[in-house]
Amino acid sequence: MSKLRPVLRYAVLLLITAIFVTPVVWMLLTSVKTYDAAQQVPPSWLPNPFSTYGYDRILNDTANPVLRWFLNSMLAATLHTLLVLVTASMAAYALARMRFRGRGLLFALIVGTLFLPPTSLIIPNFIIAEKLSWIDTLTVVVVPGAASAFGVFFLRQFFLSIPAELEEAAVLDGANQWQIFRQVLLPLSKPALATLAVLSFLTNWNDFLWPVYVLFSPERLTLPAGLGLLQGAYVTDYPVIMAGAMLASVPVLILFVFAQRHVIQGVSRSGLKG
Amino acid sequence: MADVIEVGAARNDAPPPAGRTRRRGVTERGNRSTPYLFLAPYLVLFGVFGLAPILFGVWISLHQWDLQLPNRPFIGLDNYQDLFSSDSAIYGDWWSSVRATGIFTLFSVPLLVVIPLGLALLLNRSFPGRTFFRAAFFAPYVLGVAVIGLLWRFLLDANLGLVNRVLGAVGLPSDTPWVTDVPWAWISLVGVTVWWTCGFNAVIYLAGLQDIAPELYEAAKVDGAGGWDRFRHVTIPGLRPVMLFVLTTTILASANVFGQALLITQGAPGEQTRTVVWRIVDEGLRDYDAGRAAAMSVFFALMLAVVSVVNFRLFRYRED
Repeated sequence: MSKLRPVLRYAVLLLITAIFVTPVVWMLLTSVKTYDAAQQVPPSWLPNPFSTYGYDRILNDTANPVLRWFLNSMLAATLHTLLVLVTASMAAYALARMRFRGRGLLFALIVGTLFLPPTSLIIPNFIIAEKLSWIDTLTVVVVPGAASAFGVFFLRQFFLSIPAELEEAAVLDGANQWQIFRQVLLPLSKPALATLAVLSFLTNWNDFLWPVYVLFSPERLTLPAGLGLLQGAYVTDYPVIMAGAMLASVPVLILFVFAQRHVIQGVSRSGLKG
Repeated sequence: MADVIEVGAARNDAPPPAGRTRRRGVTERGNRSTPYLFLAPYLVLFGVFGLAPILFGVWISLHQWDLQLPNRPFIGLDNYQDLFSSDSAIYGDWWSSVRATGIFTLFSVPLLVVIPLGLALLLNRSFPGRTFFRAAFFAPYVLGVAVIGLLWRFLLDANLGLVNRVLGAVGLPSDTPWVTDVPWAWISLVGVTVWWTCGFNAVIYLAGLQDIAPELYEAAKVDGAGGWDRFRHVTIPGLRPVMLFVLTTTILASANVFGQALLITQGAPGEQTRTVVWRIVDEGLRDYDAGRAAAMSVFFALMLAVVSVVNFRLFRYRED
């Protein structure tokens, strides 16, 4: 019995893993099949012959400039992440370490918006973006999302967990708030900042609803918004569609493999203080 | 907030002890405007895209606001009335979308609260490979809805899809119309969403489980409690705050379902799987009736707020 239990545990775990992983593997395998092989019933597991047909087609499709979408997404997610890191860390520092009039109210307002469905603001936000002439530009997929309360909330919690003695020492050395923030607090917060960076990048890279409605020109789309078009253009030409899906998946899967600890920690911590 | 330690520099030029002699007051920690300077960049973003849209949304909903027309007359609650009067043009479509989102939420939330707990319990002890399995369970979540939408549209394809092939291979029906007919379309949307996001909830549960003091389990064991008793009387009470968090965020996420329906079932059959969020954005941004779409948004946000409050009440009550 006691010897059987670990075996049973691993059998269950492997079965569950197969359920989670097989679809993703199927996407990869289909993306390197020929059109005919993907239409085959029943389908063969391994691509035979191995083919770059899907990738050739989407990378040479002038109506659907997938490579351009990829670069747009990369640029948008990177800029968005930088914007979140700078603005959220500064605000979180003030909320965690300084006393000022209205702090309680401000923090309550920020946290309150965490419970608001973001989609309920999409109509007014669209009109605001339109007034700013941001529709169909890169700015519109970089900036508005940075208003999210998550980063401020997350970093404030982290800053509060850092003992203030180090900062007090810096005060005695005559450092001002900005110097303390830059030279004492931020270096101590590297793990939290890395976590927030990874989560912000993922969120922005994967965002779908907003880009679909605020970007129009084919050369301005982000990858997720463009993928919807691919489905319409290629219908059941699955190697092409799966090649497009692969382009959107590979960066985040790589990021996940290398920053797994940060992603998991970020998610776990968000639940603890909820 | 007693744990907030006051740190603050005096002005750059002033010797630090000078500030320390004054005991209270904002000036002690340097310039009065310093906190606001730190807050300013975020507050601009938060003000323009976080707070203003809440008020602006309500304002829009009180107007006949066509995005393409310059004239936007105030019409009071007419947009809201349209949602409730059966002779308005939008009534049928609106309530059909509420029904769609309701069905999806009703079936996905219980699964997304229970299955991840099971996964977390499986992973909640140390054994070789634990980190690998946790990562594998979580992996689908890092893919965007566009990716999983296209992927599952393919997997659920009645003829070419892997799902029907696998079912056929084990002797089950292999011609199920997963994305074009009910109830299959619902099963697909709920199933895909569970597959996609249950690793996320499992990780949150896992953190919660690790926060429960091992002594409590030891004590229960000493008292002769079996596995099930320990689960009921130690694990579940210890997880209550985490469960409330999971429940609340999952309801919010499920009620906002959009991409899956757009890409996997494409609203089919008919418009039965067209959800509230889809209806709102189409009404406002495709048909340009921002006023009516804003009224839908406000109503939708209020419904969800009520659900959240009820959640908190129920869980708080049971805690006493």
